[in-house]
Amino acid sequence: SRRAMGRAMGLAGLLVGLFLVPTLLVSTSFRHGAPRSEPEPDLADWVPASGAVPEDSLWPLPQWLRVSQRQLQLAPGRFQMVYGAGSSAEPPCALLQDAFRRYYEYIFGQPRRRQRGPRPLGARAEPELSQLQVVIESEYSGCHSYPHLASSEAYHLTVSEPVAILKADEVWGALRGLETFSQLVHEDDYGSFLVNESEIDDFPRFAHRGILLDTSRHYLPLKSILTNLDAMAFNKFNVLHWHIVDDQSFPYQSIYFPELSDKGAYSYNHIYTPADVQLVIEYARLRGIRVIPEFDTPGHTQSWGKGQKDLLTPCYSGEHPTGSFGPVNPILNTTYDFMTKFFKEISSVFPDAYIHLGGDEVNFSCWKSNPEVKEFMKKQGFGIDYAKLESYYIQKILDIISSYNKGYMVWQEVFDNKAQLKPDTVVQVWMANNYAHELSRVTGAGFTAILAAPWYLDYISYGQDWKKYYSVEPLNFPGSEKQKKLLIGGEACLWGEFVDATNLTPRLWPRASAVGERLWSSRNVTNLQDAYERLVNHRCRML
Amino acid sequence: AENELLWGTSCTQLLVFVATPGCDGFPSLDSKESYKLAVSEGSLLLSADAVWGALRGLETFSQLVGRDENGTYYINETEIVDFPRFPHRGLLLDTSRHYLPLRAILETLDVMAYNKFNVFHWHIVDDPSFPYESSTFPELSKQGAFHAVTHVYTASDVRTVIEYARLRGIRVIAEFDTPGHTLSWGPGAPGLLTPCYLGKDPSGTYGPINPILNSTYQFVSSLFSEVSTVFPDFFLHLGGDEVDFTCWKSNPRIRAFMKEMGFGEDYKKLESFYIQRLLEIISSLRKGYIVWQEVFDNGVKVRPDTIIHVWKENSPPYMEEMASVTKAGYQALLSAPWYLNRISYGQDWMAAYQVEPLKFEGVPEQKERVMGGEACMWGEYVDVTNLAPRLW
Repeated sequence: SRRAMGRAMGLAGLLVGLFLVPTLLVSTSFRHGAPRSEPEPDLADWVPASGAVPEDSLWPLPQWLRVSQRQLQLAPGRFQMVYGAGSSAEPPCALLQDAFRRYYEYIFGQPRRRQRGPRPLGARAEPELSQLQVVIESEYSGCHSYPHLASSEAYHLTVSEPVAILKADEVWGALRGLETFSQLVHEDDYGSFLVNESEIDDFPRFAHRGILLDTSRHYLPLKSILTNLDAMAFNKFNVLHWHIVDDQSFPYQSIYFPELSDKGAYSYNHIYTPADVQLVIEYARLRGIRVIPEFDTPGHTQSWGKGQKDLLTPCYSGEHPTGSFGPVNPILNTTYDFMTKFFKEISSVFPDAYIHLGGDEVNFSCWKSNPEVKEFMKKQGFGIDYAKLESYYIQKILDIISSYNKGYMVWQEVFDNKAQLKPDTVVQVWMANNYAHELSRVTGAGFTAILAAPWYLDYISYGQDWKKYYSVEPLNFPGSEKQKKLLIGGEACLWGEFVDATNLTPRLWPRASAVGERLWSSRNVTNLQDAYERLVNHRCRML
Repeated sequence: AENELLWGTSCTQLLVFVATPGCDGFPSLDSKESYKLAVSEGSLLLSADAVWGALRGLETFSQLVGRDENGTYYINETEIVDFPRFPHRGLLLDTSRHYLPLRAILETLDVMAYNKFNVFHWHIVDDPSFPYESSTFPELSKQGAFHAVTHVYTASDVRTVIEYARLRGIRVIAEFDTPGHTLSWGPGAPGLLTPCYLGKDPSGTYGPINPILNSTYQFVSSLFSEVSTVFPDFFLHLGGDEVDFTCWKSNPRIRAFMKEMGFGEDYKKLESFYIQRLLEIISSLRKGYIVWQEVFDNGVKVRPDTIIHVWKENSPPYMEEMASVTKAGYQALLSAPWYLNRISYGQDWMAAYQVEPLKFEGVPEQKERVMGGEACMWGEYVDVTNLAPRLW
């Protein structure tokens, strides 16, 4: 738990570790054949220090930090988080107020009866840290706005007697700094709250650090999504890529087209109402997390056809319709009328500047079977190159989205199949095979890219696979400095084929934490041993 | 209309008839779990030889009851004759690599009952921790548990598990694995483990249980005497797997002992020496035992009613091992293809489902010696936060 973190690294834990270490170092490992039990993890090298090392539980590791041995005490009854002098954000900045309360609880736990009065004999002699002052320096704090790609998440934290100061350009940096501050506070054996005098200068390496959740293969109740947003905040993730609908189900309750979810959701109990959606967006905003919805077309749309007649292409066998349907029908005007109206709604419901339009894995066989589509191909002079038809469709959708002043993200196929993309399109690279070369191609063509390919966390396997995710270096692809700048971040994806509320949290975390540090921390933070020690503490804290 | 259900009279009672009385005993390997279920107009009858069969039948009955869109509960006319193919259908939980709170164990027992499992193999202690609170040797958990108060199973906890299991027709077979997998025993039982040597001096680290000291056998005798009383099942699992000989080889006193005994350089003989004395102790306590396959592979002399637990997938291939074990006259349990801790992407339940336990070369008498098997959930990467979705 957030509160028990101290115990994990407190003296008690170290004492337990002290006698366990000799026993662990001679573990009966090195087996023949399939191990009945696995060899001990590298933790065998874990040497308990003479005192708790506070950096041992920072995650992700800040860009720059200096920690002294000198400790300060915090009194739960007296400690305050306040707005510092010169802060552009001031009460009532709802976002910061909410954060103050949240982090107070993370640090001290639920309010409990505590004895007030003079210090008892034998209490610690450390000086008291009475306040954390938060100073937002930029004129536009961001208090009442939504985070975006160019938001500043940098912060500077000084912890020294008698007050700690957290400075950030914008509230988003303050949120990141509050998380770090909460990671610095620990409890000793006697239950005293301590923090080491320290100075931290921090900012993210990449601006887009996302988690993809899939609510179509399996519906995820609101609680699951919100819990996940909390976990994202613990790991400084700042984008929720909400893959909200797909073939299997359409849980998004549309205002203009209620039939989509009426007919396309698994059941009436498996939908996201407009209120649900707003809740997610606001819950995310308060944590500095952008919500980018993905309405993936023209493939991955089976569920759309249930509530929207004539949207999908009827497949043919010879001269007769088979009764089954394929991707969105790109040749009808009605398709674009629908999309215009539908994305008008999406553009107003979701405040982020970007919408993800999908565009992946379009199966051409249904189009190829449909005589009207074939006729259209001829008329347009596309020959038998159905990628051209796909691009024709995509381009019209991109234009629709642009007319609503939104930017768009697309899966890599849209780029690979040579659609005409606006310069500020973000291309998401997901195919594992040769992804480094794809990154070169995408950035070489001048587009921004985000990387998901090595981080498909739905692909579970036995053992400490977090190491594999941690060891990815996103900029390891052939390209110029200019190109490398176009890689703006990445996403850990948890596709929902085998995931629902019963197993989401343990499957996603703490494995996604590895991705979180890779995207936030400096390039040279790669030591797996050190990461292991910090991750172990971080995980216990997240519980 | 065509598909209309034919509603019979409403049913008010499920009559449960058990031939052999005896509600208060513990299930065993020989327990009868067969039952018959007859659902017809005006009559619901569940009959079984023993209460254990009644439990199985109740589970089946509960699976037959449906609910229509009006909320009405119904059941189709049915006739079922059922009994298990294998009498030992187990699940292993590991509470040493990670402590599992009582509620996690009890919840697992519930789900085991839904799936007609009838053996809970409690791999209770191992290298990383010793959570079992022993009344004879309280220091074992005091020094060996992850936390002496919060990460232990008290005598009361153990009784709770055993009774909760019994009420579900589930046997609890405890495993106190020796001589390897015992590092956590060391702190609470000084002198029990072998001190390893670096040249002429002790290195400060320890290895398996020290097989050459009399004190070892006194200790083992006392501990298992307690364990035999605490756990009512006839069988105890004694482990005996993965004994690493390096520490023994490094210890000069052990080397001297090897010479004395004429074991040469064959440390398997030393391992057997220990195991055999252990088995004698257990037999004198009137318990039967299950051991991991190494005990058989290393030629230890075991009693004819020993059950050999086959866990290695490849060396040798487990079906060959099943053949050798049963050919030598021993009963066997299969776990090798059912290590559920080894997760992988997709519908891996199919691979587990497609295992045919009797698919090995052997005569019918051999096949009859296969008592069943166990799905294992080793705890290296498992605790209460992910046990249930990983296992089920």
